[in-house]
Amino acid sequence: MSILIGKETRVITQGITGATGLFHAQGAREYGTQMVGGVTPGKGGSVIDGFPVYDTVAEAVQATGATASVIYVPPPFAADSIMEAVDAGVELVCCITEGIPVLDMVKVKQYLVGKKTRLVGPNCPGVITPGECKIGIMPGYIHKPGKIGVVSRSGTLTYEAVWQLTSIGLGQSTCVGIGGDPVNGTSHIDCLRLFEEDPDTEAVIMIGEIGGSAEEEAARFVKENMTKPVAAYIAGVTAPPGKRMGHAGAIISGGKGTATEKVAVLKECGISVAATPAEMAQALLKVYKP
Amino acid sequence: MNVHEYQAKAILRKFGVPVPDGHVCYNGASAREWAKRLGEGPWVVKAQIHAGGRGKGGGVKLAKTSSEVQMIARDMLGMTLRTHQTGPEGKVVHRVLVENGCNIANELYVSFLVDRGTSRVTVMASTEGGMDIEEVAANTPEKIVTEAVDPLVGLTLFQCRKIAFALGLKGKLTNKAVKVLTNLYATFIACDCSLLEINPLVVTAEGDLLALDAKFGFDDNALFRHLQIGDMRDFDEEDPNEIEASQHDLSYISLNGNIGCLVNGAGLAMATMDIIKHYGGDPANFLDVGGGATIERVTEAFKIILSDKNVKGILVNIFGGIMKCDVIATGVIEAAHQVGIQVPLVVRLEGTNVELGKKLLAESGLNIVAADGMADGAQKIVAAVAAAA
Repeated sequence: MSILIGKETRVITQGITGATGLFHAQGAREYGTQMVGGVTPGKGGSVIDGFPVYDTVAEAVQATGATASVIYVPPPFAADSIMEAVDAGVELVCCITEGIPVLDMVKVKQYLVGKKTRLVGPNCPGVITPGECKIGIMPGYIHKPGKIGVVSRSGTLTYEAVWQLTSIGLGQSTCVGIGGDPVNGTSHIDCLRLFEEDPDTEAVIMIGEIGGSAEEEAARFVKENMTKPVAAYIAGVTAPPGKRMGHAGAIISGGKGTATEKVAVLKECGISVAATPAEMAQALLKVYKP
Repeated sequence: MNVHEYQAKAILRKFGVPVPDGHVCYNGASAREWAKRLGEGPWVVKAQIHAGGRGKGGGVKLAKTSSEVQMIARDMLGMTLRTHQTGPEGKVVHRVLVENGCNIANELYVSFLVDRGTSRVTVMASTEGGMDIEEVAANTPEKIVTEAVDPLVGLTLFQCRKIAFALGLKGKLTNKAVKVLTNLYATFIACDCSLLEINPLVVTAEGDLLALDAKFGFDDNALFRHLQIGDMRDFDEEDPNEIEASQHDLSYISLNGNIGCLVNGAGLAMATMDIIKHYGGDPANFLDVGGGATIERVTEAFKIILSDKNVKGILVNIFGGIMKCDVIATGVIEAAHQVGIQVPLVVRLEGTNVELGKKLLAESGLNIVAADGMADGAQKIVAAVAAAA
């Protein structure tokens, strides 16, 4: 078992005729994911490397029974693509695209209210349930099926954590990259809640970054709602003081968003915090016995 | 991206936000001419650099006569201005803004920004104008009011009135404030801002509102649809290495340490800086080569890192997912041949084609220290730099 995606997940690729979209659709198919087709407006009816192409997401969903969509559409059009997938009733939308204007995402966030779609990202590596389904750009082979959930804002740092786990024989239930943008679809807390409810996840690694107060809120959630052990790492302890904008944003959220403060809150909430990025798996072993 | 105050005020003027009349000048004589054209005086001469705290550093001066304007402008142009935001090296003044002075009765603070917590544009206002808002937030948080904007409805009139009353405005000033706030929100949306800060927004003795200073932050991701804003970019205000890096799609921020870092992924790049610091070293930069780096980009990255004279060693930390380790290794070797790396170089490779990458480096004949894992890499580069010192 796992969260968000599994063997039964049927995935379409929005932007499948672009080089990036096609490359990763092929990679996901090789991994064993049910990649059932793609969408590129104006190229409907064609077939690219065995993937049927449709003009609209709604058509693609109807024809393929897709339950998830992954977006590689260029930034100026990506927000529209997300909303099209939401409108078509796709259950899970992973937006990989980096560089979407933040005010576009503010609108998307509002558009999602009351809809059944879950958005992961944008600006993220995607979601993987090892051995079953890979949606996104992460290298599949570093993963191993198992019982650790991983949630992270950062792509390569997630790979680092996964690799550390796999190297000591600990597999993963599901790994979710929620993306580094200021406005995104799924939060750390959303994933923690899903991992807590998932019978086959036994422990969680959460990776955060400086800025905002999402990690502090997640830590309080862990303290109040989670029975499973959680380890964490916060990147950016040594980062120079952020831009003014970051500070002003943090003032509203009631925190200052520095890594040192985040680490302190996490520890208070009973989370095992890795002192360095090389010790994420060890930090987990301090609170979790496989 | 940031712009100068005079550019910010030109944008505000276009959107109907009241600002003092003024003009940008590049020499003393034109400053004098513009002062005469603008009015009777007194005037204010303001140094145009991308940093706050100019007043305390001597970058804002009052002039009573037009010849005084000329003298002040002449002295200010070319001077190095140091404020708490420029760092100790300061910034050279290349432009000044000459504008009409005004009679200040009261100073307020207003800003618009995108709040991560609510995923909405949010207005922040305070009666404590003219002060750093961080200071107000730390000492008297109750003096800050915030209002989140529904993106589908926009900033409503009642929200504007709520802010105006919270700022203690009365009578006709309330209506004026509603108009200013409405127009500021329109500016924020139309220009894809990440920050729009008016500090201070002044109430004049004549009973008007005036944006006396303005600071814009624009969303770099949205500049493609605002070419006229992109044209306002002043390269003199930016770190030359950071400009060079951005032209090669590299994300680079220069820091004060002596260990150069070359990493793929922003999170891993930050984590690499952290672990260097953890083992007693000091990173010279943040550098993310991105997921799809080519041999050319890796070479450019090395050139940029090495152009920083403080760099006494380099740590390469790559977790190759989509990016293959042999490509990185080839890039490192290519760069070493082209640039001639004279400082200790530690390379940590992991991921796709890692064995091939390590083999290439080992057979290159270059003086490269291979590392197993991040901790090993950080310890080795810190030790190598310490030994060379």
